[in-house]
Amino acid sequence: MGRIEWAMWANEQALASGLILVAGGIVAVAAQFKGWPFAAYSIAAGVFVCLLEYPRGKRKKGSTMERCGQKYLTAVVKIFGPVTRNYYVRAILHAALAVPAGFLLSTILGTACLAIASAIYLLAAIRGEEWNPIEQKKPPERPPVGGGTIKQPPSMPPPRPPVETRKKQPLEEAAQENPIPVTSEAE
Amino acid sequence: MGNWVVNHWFPAVVIAAWLGLNVFLFVYYFLLFDRDKKYYYTRVLLGSALAWARASAKCLNFNSMLILLPVCRNLLSFLRGACSCCRRTMRKQLDHNLTFHKLVAYTIALFTAVHIIAHLCNLEWYNDSQQAADGSLSSILSDLHQDGSNKWLNPIRSNSTTPAYVAFTTIPGLTGVIITVALILMITSSMEFIRRSYFEVFWYTHHLFVIYFAGLVIHGIAGLVRGQTAESLKEHSPEQCARDPTHWGREKRPHCEKPEFGSIPAESWQWVLAPILLYVFERVLRFWRSQQRVVVTKVVMHPSKVLELQMHKKGFSMEVGQYIFINCPSVSRLEWHPFTLTSAPEEEFFSVHIRAAGDWTENLIDTFQQQKPKTPRIEVDGPFGTASEDVFQYEVAMLVGAGIGVTPFASVLKSIWYKFQHADQRLQTKKIYFYWLCRDTGAFAWFNDLLASLEQEMEESGKAGFLNYRLFLTGWDNSIAGQAAFNFDNDTDVVTGLKQKTSFGRPRWCTEFSAVATAHPRSVVGVFLCGPEALAKSLQKCCHQYSSLDPRKVKFYFNKENF
Repeated sequence: MGRIEWAMWANEQALASGLILVAGGIVAVAAQFKGWPFAAYSIAAGVFVCLLEYPRGKRKKGSTMERCGQKYLTAVVKIFGPVTRNYYVRAILHAALAVPAGFLLSTILGTACLAIASAIYLLAAIRGEEWNPIEQKKPPERPPVGGGTIKQPPSMPPPRPPVETRKKQPLEEAAQENPIPVTSEAE
Repeated sequence: MGNWVVNHWFPAVVIAAWLGLNVFLFVYYFLLFDRDKKYYYTRVLLGSALAWARASAKCLNFNSMLILLPVCRNLLSFLRGACSCCRRTMRKQLDHNLTFHKLVAYTIALFTAVHIIAHLCNLEWYNDSQQAADGSLSSILSDLHQDGSNKWLNPIRSNSTTPAYVAFTTIPGLTGVIITVALILMITSSMEFIRRSYFEVFWYTHHLFVIYFAGLVIHGIAGLVRGQTAESLKEHSPEQCARDPTHWGREKRPHCEKPEFGSIPAESWQWVLAPILLYVFERVLRFWRSQQRVVVTKVVMHPSKVLELQMHKKGFSMEVGQYIFINCPSVSRLEWHPFTLTSAPEEEFFSVHIRAAGDWTENLIDTFQQQKPKTPRIEVDGPFGTASEDVFQYEVAMLVGAGIGVTPFASVLKSIWYKFQHADQRLQTKKIYFYWLCRDTGAFAWFNDLLASLEQEMEESGKAGFLNYRLFLTGWDNSIAGQAAFNFDNDTDVVTGLKQKTSFGRPRWCTEFSAVATAHPRSVVGVFLCGPEALAKSLQKCCHQYSSLDPRKVKFYFNKENF
């Protein structure tokens, strides 16, 4: 399967795992199951995973659809540089995060899903993929009017006085107040 | 609102029925497990989590039964053909099969979540009851019948186990975890983004449904959820006897024998057996059809990386706008991809135009471009019907194709040409408006000849007003517009060489719709689209807006192709 970017699927899987960890954790904490501290950890881990995985990375080929409102988190995730860019780091991180949640039945589903996400990230890392942030497009600069050939505005725009009075008037006596300073080429 | 009803009454009825059945099943079984005397003692151990788990299980069975049905393409095709009454409305609704499939899938996910949470509580409370040694009703109930007879209530035997251990050593627990993981993988790989960009991941992962159904059928075999048996209820009435559990089995007033419990039999198989068999039959049929020999009679490479394949297969018959699934074993042995047929039924071959849009298509185009002495083998399944079959049933038809989405309409226009030549009486259509929206001019090339020959044909037979077509170039830039302005006075269009001038930018649908409505105030107009979702929304809006509630006046019906 030639050009698959596994990281994209790993990202979806990890995001789903984060949500499952949070849900399982909330159930166990709310109902005070035995061993609920693991569930409290699972909620924290789940929230962290969700925040980390929410900003979608940029695809190598083609345009990438951003998730709603992801630019704020992209800015945060970008700061960590190589730690968040490298998928080996993510694979190991997710595997490590998944382990403590495996001690409680409520959160073990989250463990399984996060472990699978970690495996897919490992595959992505082996194939050399990287997380690149989706940059916001700057508004395009307006091209200079007339292709840059207009350097100076006309020195005597209409309404012009009749021909006799137009001849070689010194600039100070011109009837026109030029808003932009103008140098006369005639002299 | 009224216009929405006119266009959508049938799917609304189906969805309402489905939703109603779900609600009914959930509420009925919830109340059953929450009130019935049979489960009195089970509720002592589990509380209302029992009812939540069982009610959601029933709904899961119901939805698992439904989810396989919309993807049985051949069955749906058969239904389309067999529907002789309400043909137009019925056929249109079968387009929504994939939407229904997704809706049912989301419902399965929702009920799975409810079911799992309820059973998490159940396992925890079973465990607590087993470990409690305080002589309470729960602990007495848990200790009953631990002697190897099958009359116990609490499935947990040991005093020193954890719910996790129990889950993984019992059949329902283990199968439950496995099928949930399979379900989650299926869902994450079918997210729109993944599906559109990496179809292969979606297609292969989705076959995990085999594990899902196998696990579902096995899931209830162990019968861990139990209720009091009928014979036991005769000798032991829970309301009276629960007050004094230490005196069960002894001589006392009121006399209470020890209660005995039996399991609820596994019933998932009853729900899903028929759809599984139908689906198996569907896949066997697809395989059989694919084994029939397909001869590639002509291969044409068009500009903009569009490949045309003309093929012949014995016994193949099609109608306009249908699509086929193509497999090329030398490119990928297991993948099947859908393509709309671009040839008319009257032609001796059938053809498809394939654009490079991903791994598989690019590989296929490369394979054919290499021009090996032996053309690669192609397998075909189909044809399957979609909305375009109905084009000739409408008096007036508006056909909108965006980019490569024009392919079904290529078939329609060619068919019109042939029907004209043979003065076919089946043609009920009196007027066709055709809109082609495209980004770049290169993609026009292969369609040009068709339109040019149609133009000529219409002029020769004097029916120049039958087909009204407009071409829109949405990806124009200053130089193209400049050229068009420069050549404004020419007879033929500078871009396409056709008599009809190319317009630039997107069409203004309000203007178009009101023009059609004015020109045909008493007709039923069919609007057919093959293109992006955003366009579908605006066309649908216009259909609602310009349809009149009065059945004698103009009505727009919207049909969308979906892939």
